[in-house]
Amino acid sequence: MTRSQRWNWSLVIGLALVSVFAIGALISLFWTPHDVTAINIASRLKLPGQGYVLGTDHYGRDMLSMIMAGAQTSIAVAILAVGIGMALGVPLGLAAAAGRGWLDELIMRGNDLAFAFPALVIAILITAVFGASAVNAIIAIGIFNIPVFARLTRGAALSLWTRDFILAARVAGKGKVRISAEHILPNIANLLIVQGTIQFSLGILAEAGLSYVGLGAQPPTPSWGRMLADSQTLVGLAPHLALVPGLAIILTVLGLNLLGDGLRDLLDPKLRAVRS
Amino acid sequence: MSVLQVENLCLEVPGKQILSGVGFEIAAGEILAVTGESGSGKSMTALAVMRLLPNAVRKTGGRILLEGQDLGSLSEAEMCRVRGGRIGMIFQEPMTALNPVQTIGDQVAEAVRIHSGASRREALERARQVLNRVGLDEERFPLSRYPHELSGGQRQRVVIALAIAERPALLIADEPTTALDVTTQAQILDLLKGLVEEFGMGLLIVTHDLAVVSEFSDRLVVMREGEVVEAGPTQEVLRQQRHEYTRALFKASGHQAHLPPVAGEHAGKPLLAVRDVFCSYALPRKTPFSMRRYFDAVKGVSFSIRAGERIGLVGESGCGKSTLTRAILGLEAIRGGTIAIDGKVPETARGRVQVVFQDPYGSFNPRHKVARLITEPFHILDRQPTAGERRDRIAEALEAVGLPLDSADRYIHEFSGGQRQRLAIARALILKPELIVLDEAVSALDVSVRAKILDLLADLSGRFNLAYLFISHDLSVVRSITDRVLVMKSGEIVEEGDTQTVLATPSHPYTRSLLEAAPKLPDFTQLRETANVSESL
Amino acid sequence: MISYLTKRLASLVLSLFVASAVIFLVIEVIPGDPAAYMLGMNARPDTIAALRTELGLDGSVFERYVGWVTGMLQGDFGVSYTYRTPVATMVADRLWISLPLALYALFLTVVIAFPAGIFAASRRGQAGDYGVIGATQIGIAIPNFWFAMILILVFAINMRWFSAGGFPGWENGFLQGLKALTLPAVALALPQAAILTRVMRSSLIDVLGEDFMRTARAKGLSTQQAIFRHGLRNALIPVLTIIGLQFAFLLAGGIIIEQVFALPGLGRLVFQSISQRDLVVVESVVMLLVFAVIMTNFLVDLAYALVDPRLRVRA
Repeated sequence: MTRSQRWNWSLVIGLALVSVFAIGALISLFWTPHDVTAINIASRLKLPGQGYVLGTDHYGRDMLSMIMAGAQTSIAVAILAVGIGMALGVPLGLAAAAGRGWLDELIMRGNDLAFAFPALVIAILITAVFGASAVNAIIAIGIFNIPVFARLTRGAALSLWTRDFILAARVAGKGKVRISAEHILPNIANLLIVQGTIQFSLGILAEAGLSYVGLGAQPPTPSWGRMLADSQTLVGLAPHLALVPGLAIILTVLGLNLLGDGLRDLLDPKLRAVRS
Repeated sequence: MSVLQVENLCLEVPGKQILSGVGFEIAAGEILAVTGESGSGKSMTALAVMRLLPNAVRKTGGRILLEGQDLGSLSEAEMCRVRGGRIGMIFQEPMTALNPVQTIGDQVAEAVRIHSGASRREALERARQVLNRVGLDEERFPLSRYPHELSGGQRQRVVIALAIAERPALLIADEPTTALDVTTQAQILDLLKGLVEEFGMGLLIVTHDLAVVSEFSDRLVVMREGEVVEAGPTQEVLRQQRHEYTRALFKASGHQAHLPPVAGEHAGKPLLAVRDVFCSYALPRKTPFSMRRYFDAVKGVSFSIRAGERIGLVGESGCGKSTLTRAILGLEAIRGGTIAIDGKVPETARGRVQVVFQDPYGSFNPRHKVARLITEPFHILDRQPTAGERRDRIAEALEAVGLPLDSADRYIHEFSGGQRQRLAIARALILKPELIVLDEAVSALDVSVRAKILDLLADLSGRFNLAYLFISHDLSVVRSITDRVLVMKSGEIVEEGDTQTVLATPSHPYTRSLLEAAPKLPDFTQLRETANVSESL
Repeated sequence: MISYLTKRLASLVLSLFVASAVIFLVIEVIPGDPAAYMLGMNARPDTIAALRTELGLDGSVFERYVGWVTGMLQGDFGVSYTYRTPVATMVADRLWISLPLALYALFLTVVIAFPAGIFAASRRGQAGDYGVIGATQIGIAIPNFWFAMILILVFAINMRWFSAGGFPGWENGFLQGLKALTLPAVALALPQAAILTRVMRSSLIDVLGEDFMRTARAKGLSTQQAIFRHGLRNALIPVLTIIGLQFAFLLAGGIIIEQVFALPGLGRLVFQSISQRDLVVVESVVMLLVFAVIMTNFLVDLAYALVDPRLRVRA
């Protein structure tokens, strides 16, 4: 009660952090301070401030430009992966809850099975056969997201199905598909939005990890994970090579998580009305 | 000396006073009932004595004395010794009041051990004695039982056992029987009464049920909105009803609606015919290889409802009445027999039968406005009404249930429980059905609200020649608003007949036991009339 | 209990069966001719044919699958094409690093998360709680491989307390081995500990609101006593689920961390195999990882039954 009177700091800080990186990524579509691929050995390994805001790497590439372009990759991969997870997971969860019986059993067993394949393992499988690419990273993280959304949706939907207003809709002759679309989905939308931001942040982390081990975006596509991989041997010499992309990842993920928390607080009164 | 004295107790949550100047005392061996409707602060009073108030609630004044000792002056550690030692407490919901992952023996023994420092073996022995005392014998209820293996009434006995294990001076019972069936309620109240006499402890019972109050308590405190409106010896308070609120509460508790005679052109025409209906649930298999077994929730039920007729269906929890209801609504498949609404199966007769559920808070999608909520049944119609027709029908339905027209543009959270139940009735009326099923439709409401809804139902049945099936666990509610009553037990209808006859001269032993177990409000009408006569003389 | 066990066991076998079929399908069926794929574009037809015979690719898909599964059941995972050694021995050697690393990290995760979660839950809404929540927010946001690099920078390069990578082998002493795995385990554990702390906290807070906690207080238990005697065990059920998922994460995440610390574990093996297109090894390692995850889930299910007596009767 008293909290809502104050500022929703999670939302404010989260939104601010996410906006910074999202805008950076958008700008990099048209313009970056320097050419991301331009190699300039003369100005290699410059520290932040020495003519370059965030310094340069061992090829003399501008770190700020690479971070901006890398944000593009991270955000695109994570958004698409969340999209895949939601687009497939939510209908599966709704169907499992509405269908009960064998359909529920089938979907949930499939779900358990999907949980047995961590994103990295899926990425390994795909890469072993098709080679590494950002698309594979999207698919791997997306497949991993499906059971997450399916399970969340099913759980929330099941508890709604026992509610009297659903029974009332059935007495009004509405079918399961219609009830799922009209009554269940709108009442779990907040939950899905909050989980969506969390999976988004996990997607950023996963993309960075996959790119780091070479299973994600391939050169010359700029990527935070690959920047870190490149910096590995030089970390003792030029710590900013590791710190800058690392902080970019941390701040983005932190921003998304805060945003998720803030949204939860913001949407909670309605969520609570559904739950209680 | 009194066991408990509460003096001028004041509580508040930020921005709102919830108790103002509440005071009463309890003597040893005495039963004091605190009663009132929801929001009266009766449960908060009980929690304040235990010093277990929710975090947001602050005590702003007053004293609570246990055997002369000010509980407010004790440290938290000292208070822990008082709780469970000198004050025991029982709660409303026995199904969740016990730790699900610990045996009942361990849970009772723990209450003994933390206060007496007894060894584990001694504590378990003591636990055994106490459980025997509350009626859970060694044979059927070994200490190694888990809560989920017990029924609600049995669990409440375990909760009582751990509350009295240390023979407290004061026992607090917060709505201890509200979640239980009437027959179980009677047994639990008997048990409590016996314990009070045996131990000579004081008992503070919080209950909304005036009938329980009048049969069970020695003295009575009536509360409203955080204040004591009246207090005194129970029978005296109830007989004299000096305060207007006590009078209103008493009147609402025994409220009798006036049922208009069955009328209309189709009156008496058969409407619903239920013949030999069986419903069953699949039970979990014992092993993956064994045959699937079924539990029959409804076993060969037959009855019929004629147009305009008002029928009561009474039974305790688990008797199969909810399953039967759902079958009539076409929400549940039946395994045998037939259900026919004017000759058609329920699935094709939707719209002629509508429903009102128990929980006024869960019956509506919180995201839609009232206009959309109450017109949901239009979905059944082949031809959707025009915007104008729709507006007229909404207005008509809202008017019928006594709500203002502008309700249509509001969200459901803006309405109180009683208003929501009116909206639920409006939704059921909107298609002008011939039969409405009322599934415990007034059970969740305060008595004063309940009385008004019952009046509304009686009125509507006359205005629209409406038949209804009123399902309830409570015989006294059914009394005033049904023509005929069916009594259901273990999936079967054991007695059926004219409501007044069945209630006056029940023929089945189960009906008799239900009637005997139900606490009754004393009938003071005669007394008061004589008093009036003597006054006028 | 018997019913619960048999049901879980049946689901374990079924999961393993379907998972192996999926892996087989992706590795051996989707690429068309695995032998041609493994040898690359310029291979001569007779070399491909020889490899086909060597890999036993001449039979039908079904025969090959059955052969693969029965082989694995007897401990035969095939022979690596590039190393010419049985995959089983290669994997076994590496497993002795990857598995202890994951267990070590899991241990650290639990040891950090339980006290932190309990601390935060019992001080809900107070400064201590906000402190823990803030720390977990940051912990969750840190990529473990980046954290590993920072640990190397600080504790290996600057302070020289640990070596920056490599593994001395268990035969040179248990403690030496443990020391070499410490930085990797910490890097893996910290972000997971942050997650588990939050789960522990919210699960415990949920339980604290339950009626039986009020009963416990009414018995005369202090808040702390009530949490430890009644709250924890009930709060453990969702926590166990997460621990099960986390073990899978730690095992898979270990593959990345092994890269940072140059540990000769499953990770290095699998990446080498991918670049050398040694599908036999990739297939076996993936199957092993999936087997570990499914097995962990099974163990978590058994743990549920120990924690919650209701599950022992319910199927």
